[in-house]
Amino acid sequence: MSLILDIDHVGKTFLQGGLLSRRSVEAVKDISLQIEAGKPEILSVVGESGSGKSTLAAMVLGQQLPTSGRVLFDGVDVASIRSSAARRAFMAKVQPVLQNPFEAFNPLKRVDRYLFATAANFMMAKGKPSRQEIEERVDRALVEVGLTLAEVRGRFPHELSGGQLQRTAIARALIPDPRLLVADEPVSMVDASLRMSIVNLFGALRDRLGLSIIYITHDLATAYYISDRIIIMKKGEVVERGNARAVLDNPQHPYSIALKNAVLTPDFA
Amino acid sequence: MQTEALLHAPEAATQPTLVVERLKAYYTTKAFGIDRDIRAVDDISLTVAKGEIYGIAGESSSGKTSLIKTIVGAIRPPLHVVDGTVRFNFGGQSYNIYDLKPDKLQAIRWRHLSYIMQGSMNVLNPVRRIRHSFYDFAFAHMGLDSATFWDKVRDHLRRLDLDPGVLDSYPHQLSGGMRQRTTIALATVCTPEFIVADEPTTALDVIVQRDVLAMLRDIQRDLGSSFLFVTHDMSVHATVSDRVGIVYAGRLVEEADTPTLFRGARHPYTQHLVASLPKIGDTTRRASLPGRPPSLAEPPSGCRFHPRCPLAMDICSKEVPPMTNLTPRHRVACFAVSGATP
Repeated sequence: MSLILDIDHVGKTFLQGGLLSRRSVEAVKDISLQIEAGKPEILSVVGESGSGKSTLAAMVLGQQLPTSGRVLFDGVDVASIRSSAARRAFMAKVQPVLQNPFEAFNPLKRVDRYLFATAANFMMAKGKPSRQEIEERVDRALVEVGLTLAEVRGRFPHELSGGQLQRTAIARALIPDPRLLVADEPVSMVDASLRMSIVNLFGALRDRLGLSIIYITHDLATAYYISDRIIIMKKGEVVERGNARAVLDNPQHPYSIALKNAVLTPDFA
Repeated sequence: MQTEALLHAPEAATQPTLVVERLKAYYTTKAFGIDRDIRAVDDISLTVAKGEIYGIAGESSSGKTSLIKTIVGAIRPPLHVVDGTVRFNFGGQSYNIYDLKPDKLQAIRWRHLSYIMQGSMNVLNPVRRIRHSFYDFAFAHMGLDSATFWDKVRDHLRRLDLDPGVLDSYPHQLSGGMRQRTTIALATVCTPEFIVADEPTTALDVIVQRDVLAMLRDIQRDLGSSFLFVTHDMSVHATVSDRVGIVYAGRLVEEADTPTLFRGARHPYTQHLVASLPKIGDTTRRASLPGRPPSLAEPPSGCRFHPRCPLAMDICSKEVPPMTNLTPRHRVACFAVSGATP
């Protein structure tokens, strides 16, 4: 069994305060988690604010280094990445999707320039790409998310809807052909009528491209709808994990039960 | 339930707390000699009965916030009222917001009409203790001497299960949920008859959200106040609102009692909003609407929903569908539903 992601007893402690009032906060405590190669899945990470979801994501992306334990991607310790070539090779395989697409793109710059820059960056490894190769690569990624380069070319962020912009952000993440997407609250800033299109897109990417997705959310209903596995976090610890449907249909831990009971159900039947 | 009892009380039926009639408010900008209107509130009529929670749902930039700002009279240029009236009935007296002198309006604010804002961190002054916010907001409106005022504030906090000790805290010392509950206490301390809540739970996580919503319902039951409750989250409306109005691109498209709306929505947009809600225990596929929310600067002609509507007909792109009553408490603006000809 080969693993693409192996989170091995990882912990992260932040230091707070000045010299005299220093205290440490354990954001993530001893978490282990594996994603197998050849078995694409959507893994939901659920919990209240301050439960360490985003810190865990930052460690998977290599933005934060764990204080204890190791994060292995394809057998390589993320903490051991030093050279820029190794970092680029790592980033080609793990890509982020951020919460608010309006903040992810500079409002004064055209959206397509981010796509072209990403493509140029990652194709550089195989020699300098031509303009046409870059555009083909970008168009292919946009088609995966249901857009075309013609629709996006020359547009500023305010000219696209929240849903289109979030799709563009996902297309940007797809350009280097990653094996893992880390999506931190990707639908919480998207309009209600477009939200399900993004969630459905994640399901389609998993099935079509064989991509694994770590889906961080506090919305249990969409987690139930789309994900294969779920972990429920509280104060940096995993309190419950397993098959998403099984866990949410029949939660065991008191915190999971409280979380499920807090979900508002629009039922009038 | 008490809300229902209040709704059926004879005086409540004759004297709604809020009556909005054919309200139009536009953002008018002049650039290079060209006038542009952004029709954020376009021909909206609604009433809110005494003791009722009226929900307003709509997407971002559909004009929800412009609508409530216009209703409470808190607008600044370039937003201005083009047409229509906003009338409140407080204690048997009728007030037309846009005919009042500024000092009269100031006397009504907070005493009769208050506002719960979205970001609690932006409401409370970060460098002063919460005590000062209570003093600044409420003291002048209560007309009490200092000792009685603080007794009343402490009683009010205790009734909302908040420790009066929060008065001596700074906002950053409280958790997000505590802060939001404090701003709700601040908005309700004068026992106002009408409370506007603008996305009060959007920034909170699910468990805290449930507590805050329960608290709002309790307040409404205790004070008998009317609420105008704005959020884009339909499941929140299902939990708190008695009646919901759906706003699309500056216009009201459907309005009904909450159970009617969730069981038998008639407007295609409302039907989509209700059908697309994912639920735990239900794995059927949820579709999403094609297209994108329209820009209010150049809205589509006729019915503003027609470019995305599965039922669109020829007439939809030419005429604006009128609001039609299906039952006395269920109205909808759609040609496909009402069959109305202009």
